[in-house]
Amino acid sequence: MGSTNSTLLKIPNVEVLMQETGFSPAHIIRLHDRFKALDKEGRGHLCPHDFGAIKELAMNPIGDRIIGAFFSPGKETVDFHTFVKILAHFRPVDKDRPKEPNSPEPINSRSNKLKFAFQLYDQDKDGKISRDELLQVLRAMLGMQVTDEQLESIADRTIQEADLDRDDTISFEEFRKSLEKINIDHKMSIRFLR
Amino acid sequence: MIQELTSRLKLNFPAQIIPRYSCFRRGSMFILVLGLLVGSLMPLGGASGSPGSGTGQDECKKNNGDEKNGNKTTKKSFPVLSLNYENVRLPFEISLWVLLASLMKLGFHLMPRLSSIVPESCLLIVVGLLVGGLIKLVGKAPPVLESNIFFFYLLPPIILDAGYFLPIRQFTENLGTILMFAVVGTLWNAFFVGGLLYGVCQLEGTNLAGVNLLSCLLFGSVISAVDPVAVLAVFEEIHINELLHILVFGESLLNDAVTVVLYHLFEEFTNAGTITVTDGFLGIVCFLVVSLGGIVVGAIYGILAAFTSRFTSHTRVIEPLFIFVYSYMAYLSAEVFHLSGIMALIACGAVMRPYVEANISHKSHTTIKYFLKMWSSVSDTLIFIFLGVSTVAGPHEWNWIFVVATLVFCLVARVLGVIGLTFVINKFRIVKLTSKDQFIIAYGGLRGAIAFSLVYLLNPKHFPMRNMFLTAIITVIFFTVFVQGMTIRPLVDLLAVKKKQETKRSINEEIHTQFLDHLLTGIEDICGHYGHHHWKDKLNRFNKKYVKKCLIAGERSKEPQLIAFYHKMEMKQAIELVESGGGSKLPSAMPSTVSMQNIQPKKPPQDRALPQLSKAREEEIRKILRTNLQRTRQRLRSYNRHTLIADPFEDGLDEILIKRKKMKELEKKMNNYLTVPAPPADSPSVARARLASDPQAWGLKSVTEIPTIKVELVSPQNPESVKVVDEFSKKGSQPKGSEEEGGLTMRVPSSEKQRKDKTPDEEPQPRFMRCLSDPGPAAEDEDEDEPFLP
Repeated sequence: MGSTNSTLLKIPNVEVLMQETGFSPAHIIRLHDRFKALDKEGRGHLCPHDFGAIKELAMNPIGDRIIGAFFSPGKETVDFHTFVKILAHFRPVDKDRPKEPNSPEPINSRSNKLKFAFQLYDQDKDGKISRDELLQVLRAMLGMQVTDEQLESIADRTIQEADLDRDDTISFEEFRKSLEKINIDHKMSIRFLR
Repeated sequence: MIQELTSRLKLNFPAQIIPRYSCFRRGSMFILVLGLLVGSLMPLGGASGSPGSGTGQDECKKNNGDEKNGNKTTKKSFPVLSLNYENVRLPFEISLWVLLASLMKLGFHLMPRLSSIVPESCLLIVVGLLVGGLIKLVGKAPPVLESNIFFFYLLPPIILDAGYFLPIRQFTENLGTILMFAVVGTLWNAFFVGGLLYGVCQLEGTNLAGVNLLSCLLFGSVISAVDPVAVLAVFEEIHINELLHILVFGESLLNDAVTVVLYHLFEEFTNAGTITVTDGFLGIVCFLVVSLGGIVVGAIYGILAAFTSRFTSHTRVIEPLFIFVYSYMAYLSAEVFHLSGIMALIACGAVMRPYVEANISHKSHTTIKYFLKMWSSVSDTLIFIFLGVSTVAGPHEWNWIFVVATLVFCLVARVLGVIGLTFVINKFRIVKLTSKDQFIIAYGGLRGAIAFSLVYLLNPKHFPMRNMFLTAIITVIFFTVFVQGMTIRPLVDLLAVKKKQETKRSINEEIHTQFLDHLLTGIEDICGHYGHHHWKDKLNRFNKKYVKKCLIAGERSKEPQLIAFYHKMEMKQAIELVESGGGSKLPSAMPSTVSMQNIQPKKPPQDRALPQLSKAREEEIRKILRTNLQRTRQRLRSYNRHTLIADPFEDGLDEILIKRKKMKELEKKMNNYLTVPAPPADSPSVARARLASDPQAWGLKSVTEIPTIKVELVSPQNPESVKVVDEFSKKGSQPKGSEEEGGLTMRVPSSEKQRKDKTPDEEPQPRFMRCLSDPGPAAEDEDEDEPFLP
């Protein structure tokens, strides 16, 4: 494990990172390798252009939103810490975690996973998914194959179903409630990150 | 030939049924059955082989016996009424058995108390025992469940039903686990049971020394397979959560390949006499060939069926036939090569379903669904009854030690296997299997008729202890079905295992699930990890790009699955709303449709007859459909002599909905239709169509202008287009503000958007819509109708 230890030492604040995210050293190393592979120019941080180079991501209907989620508002670069923290959302939930009363919720809890997904919908970060934002997502997912009216009626129907306080937008609580039957722990976890 | 079939079938006639229920109503039904059976009781002449017209000589109570006696007078007068049972004997007896099975099923459901304690399969076996006992009392030999009949006629409908409605999403998500249980679990069971039984046979004190290792292994391999029929029969009633259901059920389906291979392997070895390492290696290769070959055969037939269904738009009536025949051929073709027929059937059903459903009409879809359910239901009833009868009939050789040892080893092997495998599997699963899950999986390993039939097929020359095997298998089957089947329901309640969620998917869930799929695929790409989502995405893309274009007819090949889901949901809601307007209660399990809960029928219950919708109700329906349904598609029903004549009352629903849906379209296009083109000359079928759609037939006052469907003779390449013509010249934009009527809170897009013509281009393109039909007595789990790789 000599080489891994040395790799670990190269990453600044790796202990804090591991504790915050819950990743094991092996995972951190794997992610670090990936980070370096994406960072072709070796600058130590990633910019949107690097993400754009992943060609499957370009074909993804919501690819640009995902890329945008990595960059905090205002910042143009992503360093390794942020990269790992974002990916920590997709770690499978640890069922047998001891529940300390005052510790903050782990990044990969169900609630935080949902918050992450919610932020992808809510681009203007007002805490609600408005009808327009929903329409944009639908349009991105469905492409040009449907007409605007169809999209609108789907959006209307969606909001109507989920919107409990009748403000014509979907808040985070309503979002969470509409997904209560879906096993988010399973759906939003990647097996690789274990 | 009939004689030969008869003798092969060895079916004789059941004497009578003892009515068991004291209630008068049910008793009268059974007396009816009794009378039916007794009245057609054939005399011993049938059994004693005297051909030709039987003579009614003994105490049968037929009242149509006016036949002349076959005495040897010189001149026989012309027989006014004669009796010839032998001709119709075979189909008659088969029909009677089927009738018996169905009446039994009917009877059980009339007694809810009984059927909630005892699962149906147990009751049916008991009935079989009784019938067998009765037949024996009368002195005839009860029929045994012939393996050919079982494998060729009784088993395929059940498997096809299972395969066609297999929930693909859960299946593929848990495929690894299922395969582990099916392959490794069955192998472990087979060798454990077989080996230990051999050990027991070698013990002193039992006179089982004649049982060699291979026979034991063969027996072990047969008895270790979890049986899909039994699992389905029991699990269906306990409504367990989907994960466990698909695990046990999937295992029971996939272990067929293992069973087939092991069975043939050991059978061959017994004949051959010597085994070498090469044989062992060939066995493994054989396994791969059998399973993958079966799947490939099934997939090929599935694609053929999907392709055929692309062209059936003119002959809707025989659409279901294609599905059934192709699937059956897949099964038979696989059996020809000794591949796994069950896997072929599953593959065929699963592969063809998404494409076929996009191509066939709604009515065909309903037909397929109900035929499959009906056949599988009858089959499974017959199987259990015959198991009971065969138990009474079959040659038995009871050997305490062997039977008890078998039973104990089976149970122990199952438990150990499940625990061991789960330990390994949980390392790879995201959602781990808890010990409760493990218990249910172990407990749900029921054995059934497949095991019995396989042993029955054994050649007594090579396997002199076949009868003992039969006895042991029947004991195990009885134990698992009775004891485990009966106790699983209270155990599930006791352990508080999660039950199936009854509610349907909402559009929110659908959208968000797709969104999350894309999200996870993206994250996997960022991580550089080619995981589950990545391959699923790739497959979906491939499917969309190439496969759908080939196999789905017309426009629907481009329809995104979200839209299909949305349409289906809207139509269901519209149907429900219309039905509720007839006075029946709204289904309460509709949490996703928040608005629907606000629509309480405020009016006194109307007549059930469809034509009489109240005006306010019509208004509501129209509003809902107008605001929510977009470009729907219409299909002209194919009117030719093979079509069922349009029944005004049955099709009333269709017509109302067709009209209502067009309202939305027409209001958008009203600007284009200031003049009404003259209708072309009508062919008789078209005239009938118009008549059927004639609004006056239904007493709907034309308070609201209702457009008539004018069908024009269309160009050859678009035989099904229906031109929709707006009859009202200028309909001002309806007041969109009157939302509050009837408590509707649906939001209507503003009228500006309505009038904005998004597709001002050509004339109304032909729109296609599924013909609607009565959704059936219980529009139950729509989980079956999930799209491809949802």
